[in-house]
Amino acid sequence: MVEGSEIRVVRCGGSKINTRAPIITVDSRFLLCVSGDLVKVYSTKTEELVRVLEGHTNQVTGIALNPANHLQAYSCSADGTIMLWDFTDGILIKTFVVSYPILSLYVSQKHKGVIFAIIPMASRTDTECYQLVAVHLPQAVEAEVDAPDLSAVVTDVSANPRATAVGREGEYLVSAKGLMLSVHFFRKQKTYSFTLKASDKKGAKNGFSCVACHPKEDCIATGHEDGKIRLWRNFNHRKEYTYTTLHWHHNVVNSLCFTPEGTNLLSGGVESVLLQWQYGDSKKAMLPRLGGAITHISVSPDGTLYSTCHSDNKITLIQSSIKVCGIIQGLVKGDGVRTDLLIDPRTKALVLNGKPGHLQFYNLKRDRQLYNLDIVQQEYIYEEGLDQYEVVMAAFDCTGSWLATVEERGLKPADLDFSLKLWAYEKKTQSFSLNTTVAAAHNDRIRCLCFCPGGETTMLVTTSKDGHFKAWLLGGESDGQSKLEEDEGDKGEGDCGDAASWSCDFVGSYHSLQPGRSCFAADGSLLAVSFGEVIALWSPETWELLTTLCLPPGDIRDLCFGNQTCSKYLLSTTTKNMLCCWNLLTCSLEWSTAVDVMLLKPDPLSENVAAFAKQDGRTDLFVFKPSEPRPLFTQKAVCEGELSRAVFAPRSQHLDSCEESSQWLNRSQLYILTESMDLLTLCTKSEEDKMATLSKQLVVDKSVAPTPFYLLLGKHRQQQQEKLDGSVPSRAAERTPVPQGSVAIRELLHTPAHVLPAASFLCSMLVSSLLISASDNRGTDCGGTDEEMDSEREEEDSSEGEQEPESRDGQRGPSVGAGDGAQGSVTDHVPKLSRAQERELRRVRRIDYSWLSSLADA
Amino acid sequence: MGEFKVHRVRFFDYMPSGIRTIAFNRQTERIAVARMDGSVEIFKLSDNLFQEKVIPGKEQRGIEALCWVGERLFSAGLSGEIMEFDLHSLRPKFIIDAYGGPIWTITANPAGTHLAVGCEDGTVKLFEVLEDRIQFERNLDRKKGRVMSLSWHPSGTRIAAGMMDMIRVFDVQTGHVLHRLLVDKAVGAPRNQECVVWSVVFLSDNTVISGDSSGRVKVWDTITGTLIKNHDVTKWDVLALSLSQDETSFVAGTSEGTVVQFQFLSSVLGQEDKEWVRTRTFKNHTHDVRSVAEVESAIISGGMDTQLVVRPLLEKHEVKSQASALRTVQFPHRRLVSCAKKAQLLLFQYPSHLDLWRLGESEGEAVPGHRLPVRRNPEKLLQLKTKGEEHVCCSAVSPCGGWLAYSTSSSLRLYKLHYENNNISITKVSKLPKVLRSAQQLCFSADSTHLFAASTRSSIHMVSLSPDNCKHKHTFKPKTGSTQPIHLLTVSEDGQWLATANSDCEIHIYSLSSLKSHCTVPVYRSGVSAMAIHPTTNNLVMTHADQQVFEFSIEQKQYTNWSRKVQREGLHRKWMERDTPITNVTFNPRNPTHIILHDMYMFCVIDQSLPLPDRQSQFYNQLTLKSLPEQERQMHCHAFKVCKLFQPLLCVDMLEDDSLVVVERSLLDITAQLPAPVKQKKFAT
Repeated sequence: MVEGSEIRVVRCGGSKINTRAPIITVDSRFLLCVSGDLVKVYSTKTEELVRVLEGHTNQVTGIALNPANHLQAYSCSADGTIMLWDFTDGILIKTFVVSYPILSLYVSQKHKGVIFAIIPMASRTDTECYQLVAVHLPQAVEAEVDAPDLSAVVTDVSANPRATAVGREGEYLVSAKGLMLSVHFFRKQKTYSFTLKASDKKGAKNGFSCVACHPKEDCIATGHEDGKIRLWRNFNHRKEYTYTTLHWHHNVVNSLCFTPEGTNLLSGGVESVLLQWQYGDSKKAMLPRLGGAITHISVSPDGTLYSTCHSDNKITLIQSSIKVCGIIQGLVKGDGVRTDLLIDPRTKALVLNGKPGHLQFYNLKRDRQLYNLDIVQQEYIYEEGLDQYEVVMAAFDCTGSWLATVEERGLKPADLDFSLKLWAYEKKTQSFSLNTTVAAAHNDRIRCLCFCPGGETTMLVTTSKDGHFKAWLLGGESDGQSKLEEDEGDKGEGDCGDAASWSCDFVGSYHSLQPGRSCFAADGSLLAVSFGEVIALWSPETWELLTTLCLPPGDIRDLCFGNQTCSKYLLSTTTKNMLCCWNLLTCSLEWSTAVDVMLLKPDPLSENVAAFAKQDGRTDLFVFKPSEPRPLFTQKAVCEGELSRAVFAPRSQHLDSCEESSQWLNRSQLYILTESMDLLTLCTKSEEDKMATLSKQLVVDKSVAPTPFYLLLGKHRQQQQEKLDGSVPSRAAERTPVPQGSVAIRELLHTPAHVLPAASFLCSMLVSSLLISASDNRGTDCGGTDEEMDSEREEEDSSEGEQEPESRDGQRGPSVGAGDGAQGSVTDHVPKLSRAQERELRRVRRIDYSWLSSLADA
Repeated sequence: MGEFKVHRVRFFDYMPSGIRTIAFNRQTERIAVARMDGSVEIFKLSDNLFQEKVIPGKEQRGIEALCWVGERLFSAGLSGEIMEFDLHSLRPKFIIDAYGGPIWTITANPAGTHLAVGCEDGTVKLFEVLEDRIQFERNLDRKKGRVMSLSWHPSGTRIAAGMMDMIRVFDVQTGHVLHRLLVDKAVGAPRNQECVVWSVVFLSDNTVISGDSSGRVKVWDTITGTLIKNHDVTKWDVLALSLSQDETSFVAGTSEGTVVQFQFLSSVLGQEDKEWVRTRTFKNHTHDVRSVAEVESAIISGGMDTQLVVRPLLEKHEVKSQASALRTVQFPHRRLVSCAKKAQLLLFQYPSHLDLWRLGESEGEAVPGHRLPVRRNPEKLLQLKTKGEEHVCCSAVSPCGGWLAYSTSSSLRLYKLHYENNNISITKVSKLPKVLRSAQQLCFSADSTHLFAASTRSSIHMVSLSPDNCKHKHTFKPKTGSTQPIHLLTVSEDGQWLATANSDCEIHIYSLSSLKSHCTVPVYRSGVSAMAIHPTTNNLVMTHADQQVFEFSIEQKQYTNWSRKVQREGLHRKWMERDTPITNVTFNPRNPTHIILHDMYMFCVIDQSLPLPDRQSQFYNQLTLKSLPEQERQMHCHAFKVCKLFQPLLCVDMLEDDSLVVVERSLLDITAQLPAPVKQKKFAT
């Protein structure tokens, strides 16, 4: 599949973190969530990605803490394996091969060595039919074992992982599908099922959407399609079951969760409001405006922290007093991205549709959202069938100081409503502020938006279905606008004091054809606009139609100018499977080839152009220089389905790969957004190696959450210490954090307290073990005080104890010659005592610690 | 099905009265419902919730509480009097004053030996129930503050009394207070506003449950006198509580119109320690639910919106049947309209007045299903106000339109109507025979020469009418000696036969020519909801509360062949599933094989010449028949032709000129006349 073996298509972050409920560790310090093939570990305090658990080869479909060991977690995947992880160290402990795709997993404290998993029904592979099985995990020592021992618990369950739950102390298992709730009692080996009517006169929709079990009592909470929550009791009777109904949600309840003590029930749905119901009472508290529809809710084992997953690829961390305390935001991907993928020239962030009516700025390198820019500036109200404004187009100018957006509403052409907005970058606020709103820039839908790249004046060109293209200029009143009718919008909201706003400069059309794509040459001297089959070239200086290029048949689909050495070429693709390269100097066709190219993307930093061609329902990638028809790089089947969005993002550091086939990736990186909203990138081998080494560096001591922030500061501190050591050795040198004690202390700390001898007995031993200068040549004169070392400094001293040989060396240094102390420290990077330090130490030793000895005697 | 000219009458402003309280008698399975106007209705739960008896109300009677002791029914009200009803004569048996101011509640102890009443002045009075009366025994310790609710401990040794801001538990033996349980006010309520404990229930495990005006249901332990559990049910009042017999469930009626069920459930399955958990909420009322009763398999509730709702508890029903369907009683199961067939007059019976209307006239022809041009508008001829405080219990207008009679529970009045051009004059017949003191049912003969009045002890007085004098001719007494009140009375067209039906489900037929009892129809287990004698064949057609239809040949003293066929083949499932009884039977004089029946939601023409519908056939087949060609139509025809065009129906009757009168009363109009319900936040408003 891969031609250039060293280039690989990889998922590059931005993958969904909201497919399954995250879990919070027992100490509430980490949050584990599923993200594509990975399990990500976030710190709940800083919301930083701490660790990534890699190992699955397909979508991870479930995670759960190991009930036997709270420092371990199980994860299951569609690749048919269950893995046991030590998530604090990121170690894969064991892999259990089930060899069926697993949809979700459930664990229970009571069922040791058993994991419940939902797998497809083997007998009926054609239909969407699933069963819940108990997977018996074999007790083998190998890292990878087969788990063939499956026993079906409930057949025909819902594929929805939220529709199954384990009951109180693992006594029973609840699963809901459609209109039926089944409760399987393990002890009795009996299943009770309860069905509801599909609807009643009052228009209720009773289909189950999720279930949750009370941890202490026999009560099952079920969520329903019409927003009701039912609390079922007495469900071990076929007839005498009963339920209470709680109704606040007006639409389907997506997730339910009981707090560990069972005092509260949390529910969430499409309203993006988290509801906290008091159990046994109808009182409720709510946390509104969480941004997106809630898809999952989970609670930490101690109940202090809640987390909610949202449909906009976000995890919100919420304290039990229902206050939001953190947000982990992934790349927001709604049903579709309507804007192109863009790169913000300033931040080098990827820009695309975010929340409804917003543009999001996403840092690809760190896989983190930077911020959302509210374009529509209207409160988003969830309502089914409500026609909302949506950002459909956006473009940056080459310096990133201007952003043009088009927002649109109206699925039907009759009630089309759109406006063009221009945003200026403000240095002070480090953000974009609205400069101009043009309410009716065109009479019909805007089809293309592009900024003129070069020149001192910034120019924007819009093409529209109404048969015109318009050029917009910033600044003073231009006479071109008097003949326009829609100019009232121009006065817009130029909020800034200089009042320089955008106005229309030129309206162009060509034989009353509909303009399609438009594109500026790299230096801004040419504007190419496609009109059906024809490409018309204009000079933006004089607005003179220079020439037209045409190669029938087929309408122009995409077009772009070459860059740098190839700037004399213009590339165009047609709907009739033709990729043409025009030479602009001769105004003739340079070459053409029959490829069904959907999309052309020029690399702004090189002369390369990436072309995406559709073939057999897949998309192929070709990278070529317009000057030479032979492609530099070909990748068949980059992704399934049609590809609509791609972008070249400049690299922060140039790669110096010498391999010819991967040279085109040296300056910039190609990002692709597939139909299924996966963000892909092409990655060279050397890069991957580098990343692998980077991830290895992330081994940090256990006490601190190893966030990049910590790494940065930690590194900084280390450097500082080295500096200090070099110039002014001080007490800081003694405090180098090496938390390992001497043998005696280690023994003391590691022996259980009840087998230790009396403290008075130990004390002298301990104190003697702390003596650094026991073998010192001048120990005798102050030996009495030596023994009573500062017990407060035990910690630091013990660290010295560990470094005993070196420190002894260091102390010998000054005794040999005072002058070379500084030099010695430079040479072997060992903390040494300067003269001043020596004096200080001596002073400390002279302090009377006789009280300590009296204590020891007592 | 035959075509009729229809008088569609919508000017009967029938307005039912709100339900004040409900009392359920477990032994006899009867529900007594007291309405705001002081009337008491008795429904038989086992007989498809048929309204057996109606005790007419009285101005200023104001019943606050009802209580069954065995088969005796006691009531108490704000007049401060305790009253026992005579369920045979449908009149108060005796009235005694409790001398404690207005009475809010009355309950009998489980043994049925004592009654406790709660009075405005804060006393709880005990009365001993004697054979024919009750006798004051003593007061329990008095404290100021009205007693709103009372409940006996099942052992009969203690009473819990719900008062203002508190519940007091009395020892019956000593009369002393054992506990004072203080009930707190609603959050944010003004300081001077008291919390009214509207209802208390004493359980055998010494738990007391209370519902109060702060919208809470509280569970108390009366051994320690502590609050165990508090349920916030509503923002408004919890007005009524009712415990199931096995004490595993109780229901609470609220001002919001909801009925909330609580169940005694163990939190961990299979363990003994249980607690009261709020489970289901039923919303079948628009206004305050003033009273609830949990019977074995259903919850009965009634309130300000005047309807009685029976909500079955589905888990108690093994199979889906008529008993497992929700039922509401909106209209009385008896006629309030009487129709003078010849004179085209309608008499509407209101509690304290009667309205006489003349129907309009039309001209010309019109397409079926369309309106005819009206030549003369319907006209209200007369409004007759009753004398005294008592409400009308029955009324009748003679077929010729010349006589009008009504009766309250203590007096019967007969009027002669005179028409002169467009003027109407009315004269009261002053000299009535002594026997016509009061009547439970009135009926004129077809030729308007006789009046039949059903009086107490199932006897019927026959009075001959002539313009100058009225003479008592005969009194018919049933051979069975039943003393139950007669609720249906019908005379044959030829004046030969009189049929009566009483609450014992007995139907007696008397021969008017020989003035003798003719025969008794075999007693069927279900109450008779309507009956009529066929004008030509003299067959008696009877409909019962369980939707059965019988035809009885008077001459042959046996069921007719058609009736036997109906019983043999059984009625269609759809017919049996209807939830309101047939309230009138009439015949089409043009087509003797047709029987016209109606209930609240439809009227039906039964064509005796057509085959009965079998189980597979479509019951409501008018539309399909219409679409079929003529030949096939014959094959699919069956005897029941149902028309649902007019509803809700109070009366359907045939006039002399073959036109049909339908009297409709829109439920929306009734709801519109009710006071505004408590304000509730509705979603999206």
